[in-house]
Amino acid sequence: MQLGRVIGTVVATMKNQSLEGRKLLIIQSLDARLEPQGNPLVALDSVGAGRGELIFWCRGKEASFPFRREDTPTDCTVIAIVDSPAHVNNAYGEGK
Amino acid sequence: MIIARILGTVVSTQKDSRLVGKKLLIVRPLNLDGSDASGFTVAVDTVGAGFNERVLVVAGSSARLAEGMKDAPIDAAIVGVIDTIDADES
Repeated sequence: MQLGRVIGTVVATMKNQSLEGRKLLIIQSLDARLEPQGNPLVALDSVGAGRGELIFWCRGKEASFPFRREDTPTDCTVIAIVDSPAHVNNAYGEGK
Repeated sequence: MIIARILGTVVSTQKDSRLVGKKLLIVRPLNLDGSDASGFTVAVDTVGAGFNERVLVVAGSSARLAEGMKDAPIDAAIVGVIDTIDADES
């Protein structure tokens, strides 16, 4: 699992049937200092996260587990919202 | 999932039987501003995407969870055609 921030949304009308009604978010992965790392990704939302929120997300096949796991094709899912950046304590001191 | 653009098609006659009838497309990953990123991937189309369209590509074992791809030997599938992208600069 990785920390990230929701930085946008994607709209796709024509999509796999099992993705109907699911929210697609653009997320930027963050490191322990809450600095961006890597390229932004498109993630499925499982917790009702909104733009600008600090979240953590899960990659790989496990990303489909919050949904119907046998037929939800996702490799990246937002699985939790971090209460506040102050709750991110790390080796570099308090979170921002 | 990544955002990618469809660059072309691949035709293959001799292939695994579970790939018969599946459309194979060449996709190139995109940056959020719409510019091309590096690399190419061959992905199986599950939604009927067309040339030059922006699409969502699922990679890894999750690609097999797309409709009609059960037990198919694939690691990239196109699962959506993008209408709009709305994102902050990162």
